[in-house]
Amino acid sequence: MSGESGSGERRAVLAVDGVTVRLSGREILKDVSFGVCPGEFTGLIGSNGAGKTTLLRVILGLQASTAGQVLVDGRPRSRRNPLIGYVPQKFLLDPDMPLRARDLVGLGLDGHRFGIPRPSRARRALIDEMLAAVDAEPFADARVGTLSGGEQQRVLIAHALISRPKLLLLDEPLANLDLPSAQEVVALLARIASEQGIAILISAHEMNPLLPVMERIVYLVGGRAASGTTEEVVRTDVLSKLYGRQVEVLHIHGRVLVVAGPGEDPDAAHKHEGPLIAVEIVQ
Amino acid sequence: MSQVFGAVFAPGFFASTQVQVAVVVGTMVAVVASAVGVFTVIRGQSFAGEALGDIGTTGGSGAFLVGAGPLWGFLAISIVAAAAMELIGIQRPRGRDLATGIVLGAGLGLAALLLYFDATYHNKTGATVTILFGSIFLIPSSTLPLVVLLSAIVLAIVAVLYRPLLLSSMSTELAAARGIPVRPVGALYLLALAIAVALASVTIGTILSTALLVGPAAAALRLTRRPATAMLAAALIGIGAMWLGIVLAYDSYDWPPIHDGWPVSFFVVTIIFVLYLLAGVPGLWRARQRRRADATTGGPLIAERR
Repeated sequence: MSGESGSGERRAVLAVDGVTVRLSGREILKDVSFGVCPGEFTGLIGSNGAGKTTLLRVILGLQASTAGQVLVDGRPRSRRNPLIGYVPQKFLLDPDMPLRARDLVGLGLDGHRFGIPRPSRARRALIDEMLAAVDAEPFADARVGTLSGGEQQRVLIAHALISRPKLLLLDEPLANLDLPSAQEVVALLARIASEQGIAILISAHEMNPLLPVMERIVYLVGGRAASGTTEEVVRTDVLSKLYGRQVEVLHIHGRVLVVAGPGEDPDAAHKHEGPLIAVEIVQ
Repeated sequence: MSQVFGAVFAPGFFASTQVQVAVVVGTMVAVVASAVGVFTVIRGQSFAGEALGDIGTTGGSGAFLVGAGPLWGFLAISIVAAAAMELIGIQRPRGRDLATGIVLGAGLGLAALLLYFDATYHNKTGATVTILFGSIFLIPSSTLPLVVLLSAIVLAIVAVLYRPLLLSSMSTELAAARGIPVRPVGALYLLALAIAVALASVTIGTILSTALLVGPAAAALRLTRRPATAMLAAALIGIGAMWLGIVLAYDSYDWPPIHDGWPVSFFVVTIIFVLYLLAGVPGLWRARQRRRADATTGGPLIAERR
């Protein structure tokens, strides 16, 4: 359950083991451990500042950890790991940027290479296949900057998938999406995970849109994590321990709400390191 | 037919060595400027390009003082300034503008002094106009090999960096995650920009060099959806403006008020500006078509935008 280290026993595609990150005296991540198995859909849930992006950057090799290690497919992770596909958080393309959706997907295949791309039938077929996998054919030839947020996300997912990764990391892909678009993206990701056996690790500050498909959860509060299945983690006792004070997990109309527990001073929540606010729904 | 030909190309046009050198240099510079310019526009570094051009004034006026070719002066100062910008912190957009402004201010102050020396001490009154606004007909043919070499270097850099530069122009995070050395790639591109600006300065002057760099690229980006096509279109626009400018400038030797020829830079920049405006027409037309289509289908589908 909490602090599970899935490095050895199962053939984890990602094993995060005791990762601690200290930046200018502040601990951003504290002894975070969890594992992700092939085809598994894992949600990395936490409020702003909980350490989600830092954790993803550590996994990507863009941020060094102070302690602990990250194994990708059993090996220490390195920069430019072709086993990891990545969809970054803020992605704002100017509508004037002369790049079609299919060009962006193509850059996922060979964007890191030097020199001018050589068009080939195989390359084109692969790009078409990826565009089809994310239902992006209707706007394949449109400028990426003119697409809607949900459409851009789908193109970015195709961009990340084309190098055939074993693990797909997505940083807040649902932020700024309206509900139907978010549901569409989540359904698409679940399909990719089950059909292609790709493990998906997706960060979000809201767990509810992910509940229908999320098999495992990594719940981050103030840099510390609890991980396991949703049933194991999203419980009053586990989250109270993680938040360091009494919280309550409520199930209402199929939604999960995490609220400050009885007897907690609502205003005190603001003073804690956690984001918990009484009555206001944390999750 | 031959009358029309004679009216367009003034007598002696094709025999003139100055014209020949101008056409060769102008063509090469237009190609180089378009290749770099597309990335300059995409990366939003037009201000950096402008600054590198302006600060070339310092190098050009210094070169005049010591009797060297202005291209050497443009080149040296532009590369030094680019390195300074890179070191001060061009990586972050805000730091970028600040660093550019600081370096620019310092350089232009020096240029004021050097131009003053050129004009008074050395009595080279033409230096100021030549440096600031260029004079493509004054390029000695001995400069050609250097222009060819520099053009080749810039085109090689752009060709080699093409994909990583494209990816890091879109998202540095995405590029870094793919293992692209974002900072060295950016620095090398800045070097290409510095050289391209120096080349453009020789043809149409330091002040106007950005027009050649950014103008055709911006016009091309309005017309096409692909970066490589944009470079090609920009090159055609740049070459067209350059050639037409040279022809008109040569013709203008008979024009009032002084019958001594109008500056080439004026023609080149004006043509580029007109082409830029014209390049906007297809977009306007498409937008109008779309509005008309929306009106018939009962309103646009408003897509959420990030």
